[in-house]
Amino acid sequence: MRAALVLLSLLFSPLVSASEGAVSASDTIRLVRQDCGSCHGMSLQGGLGTPLTREALAGQSAEALAVIILHGKHGTAMPPWKSLLSATQAQWIAERLLEGFPEEKQP
Amino acid sequence: MRFGWLLASLMLTACAQTPLRGTGDLGIVIERANGRVAVVDTTAKSVLGRIDGLGDLSHASVVYGRDGRHAYVFGRDGGLTKVDILEQRIDKRVMQAGNSIGGSISQDGRLVVAQNYTPGGIKVFDAVTLELLAEVPTQSKVVGLVDLPGQKFAYALFDKGEIWVTDLSDPRQPRTEKYPAGLQPYDGLVTPDGRYYMAGLFGEDGIALLDTWRPELGVKKILQHYGKGEEKLPVFKMPHLRGWAVAGNQAYLPAIGRHEVLVVDKGNWQEAGRIAVKSQPVFVMARPDGRQVWVNFAHPDNSWVQVIDTLTGKVIKTLQPGKAILHMEFSPRGEHVWLSARDDHSVHIYDTQTFERVATLPAQSPSGIFFTSRAARMGF
Repeated sequence: MRAALVLLSLLFSPLVSASEGAVSASDTIRLVRQDCGSCHGMSLQGGLGTPLTREALAGQSAEALAVIILHGKHGTAMPPWKSLLSATQAQWIAERLLEGFPEEKQP
Repeated sequence: MRFGWLLASLMLTACAQTPLRGTGDLGIVIERANGRVAVVDTTAKSVLGRIDGLGDLSHASVVYGRDGRHAYVFGRDGGLTKVDILEQRIDKRVMQAGNSIGGSISQDGRLVVAQNYTPGGIKVFDAVTLELLAEVPTQSKVVGLVDLPGQKFAYALFDKGEIWVTDLSDPRQPRTEKYPAGLQPYDGLVTPDGRYYMAGLFGEDGIALLDTWRPELGVKKILQHYGKGEEKLPVFKMPHLRGWAVAGNQAYLPAIGRHEVLVVDKGNWQEAGRIAVKSQPVFVMARPDGRQVWVNFAHPDNSWVQVIDTLTGKVIKTLQPGKAILHMEFSPRGEHVWLSARDDHSVHIYDTQTFERVATLPAQSPSGIFFTSRAARMGF
């Protein structure tokens, strides 16, 4: 129950993006599942990109992951997302990835 | 005897309820979030039915048996499902790998080959039974698998930077030739005649080209300097090469990290021009007659589609058909194009002459669209 409430509050809490004002958590979840998913897999089990499951990321810090999200990873296909995501969003995504990323809500 | 008559009349009734039909105007739309495919009719522009239970279909692809009735659906989770689109049911299904991206079917239609990320390599299956016949381990993610004449398959190794050609004339005894290709090939294609295999390179500028009629010449790099000295844009989605656009003597390819479509002269494989487009291209696909090339784009510009007139080399139409246009498929002779709009949960059908929308069909998070006309095309 508490988990559900936390998830609900996550889904409806606005994330602040540098360029576009408020971005809903559900939009960010969709972006990660669908667009990050084009390389990492919609289930985040990996593809051309590495797996992003909780198990695969165990031991990494959210801060380090947020840096990779924003600035990319040199020598790999991971692009910098800073033109599309704010630091707040990147940190939020990194923290959620470490907990096991939430599923997208089906319409 | 009476029983026989009863049976015969029952069978006649069954026939009357489901009239015979061909499959030449049928196809499949992947509904990626639901592990489901929709069977569609391109004449009636309608959904005939749906087939469930296909697993993780993010980045799924489909090849057709030469009967145009059986489709092989390759799922991301390594599932390989043979579906019967007339009866709209699963015929066979195997889990063949941990993480897969697509596959191909042999010239004679008897072998289905899957390309895998985890574990890397290709696996060869009997097209009728899906029995595993052979595997070729690669120690690398496999991309850009295509069929070649003579029961051969070409593919590229993302981690090893090589192109491999495997001969499956004896399916249980694969014979493989290996060619150095370049840094991080991300996808591949074969020309419609089955002669030239190309692998796009992510780790360096250019495209690796293998003339499979003269493999002893090895891989040649083409378009090596298209991004030289210029700052690359971040690539939010890898382009796909399988759409392969050829019109007359020119080939049209997505530039990686640039807002351009590259034009290559098929005679000498030199750059023949660049066409500025709205954003980073993902699919660059020629209408079957080659007069138009349709382009869709990477996130965040994936609501747009542009049309290039190949006679003038200019963008003649910019459309915004819907949210997240992931794929395009032309009707067999190209009068219509079907566009999947993932975030609108719709497939939009456009007239390619007037650019008017002629129909919209509902589909849950649609991605790839695959018509049976692919059954007779090499490399599809």
